[in-house]
Amino acid sequence: MISTTPVGFQLINLFAAILLLLAFAMLAQRRVVSLIDLFVAQGFVLALSTAVVAYTTNQPHLYQSTALTLVLKVALLPWILHRLVRKLDVRWEFEGLINIPTTMLIGIVLVVFSFNLALPISQLASTVTRSTLGIALASIMLSFLMMITRRKAIPQVIGFLSMENGLFFAATSATYGMPMVVELGVALDVLVGMLILGVFFFQIREQFDSLDLAHFENVRDQPPR
Amino acid sequence: MIEIVLVLAVPVVGATTLGALGDRPYAATINAATGLCTLLAAIALTAHVVAHGPLLALGDQFLVDPFNVFLVALTALVGFTTAVFSRGYMTIEEQRGRVTLGRLRLYHAMFQLFMFTMLLALLTNNVGILWVAMEAATLTTVLLVSLYRTPASLEAAWKYFILCGVGIAQALFGTILLYFAAEKVLGAGGGALLWTKLQSVRAGLEPTVLSLAFVFLLVGYGTKVGLVPLHNWLPDAHAEGPSPVSAVLSGLLLNVALYAVVRCKILVDGALPGAFAQNLLIGFGLLSVVVAAFLLLRQKDIKRLFAYSSIEHMGIVTFAFGIGGPIANFAGLLHMTVHSLTKSAIFFTAGHAAQKTGTHIMDDIRGLITISPIVGWGLALGALAILGMPPFGVFASEFLVLTTAMREQPWATPFLLAALGVGFAAIFSKVQPMIFGETTDARLPARPAMLPVFIHLALVLMLGLWIPPFLADWYRAAARLIG
Repeated sequence: MISTTPVGFQLINLFAAILLLLAFAMLAQRRVVSLIDLFVAQGFVLALSTAVVAYTTNQPHLYQSTALTLVLKVALLPWILHRLVRKLDVRWEFEGLINIPTTMLIGIVLVVFSFNLALPISQLASTVTRSTLGIALASIMLSFLMMITRRKAIPQVIGFLSMENGLFFAATSATYGMPMVVELGVALDVLVGMLILGVFFFQIREQFDSLDLAHFENVRDQPPR
Repeated sequence: MIEIVLVLAVPVVGATTLGALGDRPYAATINAATGLCTLLAAIALTAHVVAHGPLLALGDQFLVDPFNVFLVALTALVGFTTAVFSRGYMTIEEQRGRVTLGRLRLYHAMFQLFMFTMLLALLTNNVGILWVAMEAATLTTVLLVSLYRTPASLEAAWKYFILCGVGIAQALFGTILLYFAAEKVLGAGGGALLWTKLQSVRAGLEPTVLSLAFVFLLVGYGTKVGLVPLHNWLPDAHAEGPSPVSAVLSGLLLNVALYAVVRCKILVDGALPGAFAQNLLIGFGLLSVVVAAFLLLRQKDIKRLFAYSSIEHMGIVTFAFGIGGPIANFAGLLHMTVHSLTKSAIFFTAGHAAQKTGTHIMDDIRGLITISPIVGWGLALGALAILGMPPFGVFASEFLVLTTAMREQPWATPFLLAALGVGFAAIFSKVQPMIFGETTDARLPARPAMLPVFIHLALVLMLGLWIPPFLADWYRAAARLIG
């Protein structure tokens, strides 16, 4: 089953490294528009690496996953996000809860933790991509960190979507992708979730005149209705 | 097989119809009628399974066994009664100007879609589809929680979305790991994610991967169950949504999420030496019971009070499944049933009580029994039932859990007893003045829909006194399955 070329193998590792770098870049990025661009880049690298895995290991169903990733994560979701940013007019994001250098340091700790956690599983895996499982877990953890440290609604959502990218990468590297019906279902959930959030953003905006979630903390202190 | 299709198709058809007609005056009736049809289909399915035994259908993609069939019936029943309740409740909300007709359309359509996702999660044989359905259940309820568009409800919905989204992402990672372990034994493809297939090879699954997968699945679905310390979203979401939504979240969604956890536990039990899964469930369960009981003391909002009580009861059920064995599992299943019925009845009553007095703050709700005896009695009986007073069913299940705990895990019994005592004191002291006491509030613009409340409470009372033999057989069969 394993008939991989060294080039393909190297490429997959390269893409995995780029994904990790992108996850860190997202962690450090404060501008919302650039954050969406980084998300596009992440989706694109993910699609490329899935295609390489599909080619080198001869797994035709992974081409469908590649197409799904391209349509959903490189085209559709960023388009919706850009539209939202334009309509809601939120270009800038200021300080998060923790400053960026500290966040990066926590990120490094998370990466070490993920590699350790993934080690026993990687050793069991028979896939050529097993060494990238640690990276997949690390990007999930980094997106998680991004969601925790950001205060505004849209970066939190981008963190959520990039976590989904990490999960997808984990599925490809550990098992050559989930069964197609599951992948389609997950994609549908992500898309519907994004649409619902689009509606939801306008509701928040209507109520608070901003998408800054710091407003939320004040709500509890007001006398209830 | 046709019954499975019907159970799943009726809510979808209902949701589509209500998406188009949900703002008409008769929409609430369509909603209730859809609920009734779903219930009838579920009864037909149940009858089929009782007559012919467990069922695998549509290319093994759907599974009906004693464990999920009673949950399907319960979900359909509570879904129907909630739709009946929401007919009266939402009319009053609309007359008070809290929702517009457009939002009622959204409400009705999302309510039926939510029913569909839960039934799908219960019936599917595929771990991946279970995940998809659970995530879809979150998505459909986000807009229901924020239906009133108040700042507090938007915050609650956001918290709900983000926390459950993150939680459920952990569950997806767990599912990937499970697939990874199963694929080695069963080969790649859809078959490796079917409960039935996994069940048959569970002893051959790689223990390290499986234990890691279980931790991720437990954390993921445990977030939706509201297990402490993953419970933060739950009180907000329950308190800020409309009462029918609180009722289905607490009465049904928590059960479905717990169902997912227990299914995973069944797999892990067969594969791992020792009591890995049991200990985790016992720990999470006990922590939830104790923490929730003390948080109950601090609550001021009636719906938040009962939301914390849901965490406490989910903790009891998780603890019971953690102990395992025929009696504790039986008690856990019974407790799932009676908690679901009682808690939804309480949320119905609390909704009407809040409508009558115009507030959720318990200090301002007084004298329910004078302004509306029926609501007052509903709350009094509901509270007594949830507190585990005999002869209600909650007493029977809690008694079974406690006696088994004394034998199997004696160290845990004092914690459980103390937590139940604290919970009792907290709820009783807060509910009593709301029912009696002086008041000057006016009547409601429409009649309260209290029939579902008394149907639920009557069922809980019946389960406390006499469990019908077929139901007892199910519980026993399901308890054997859980092991």
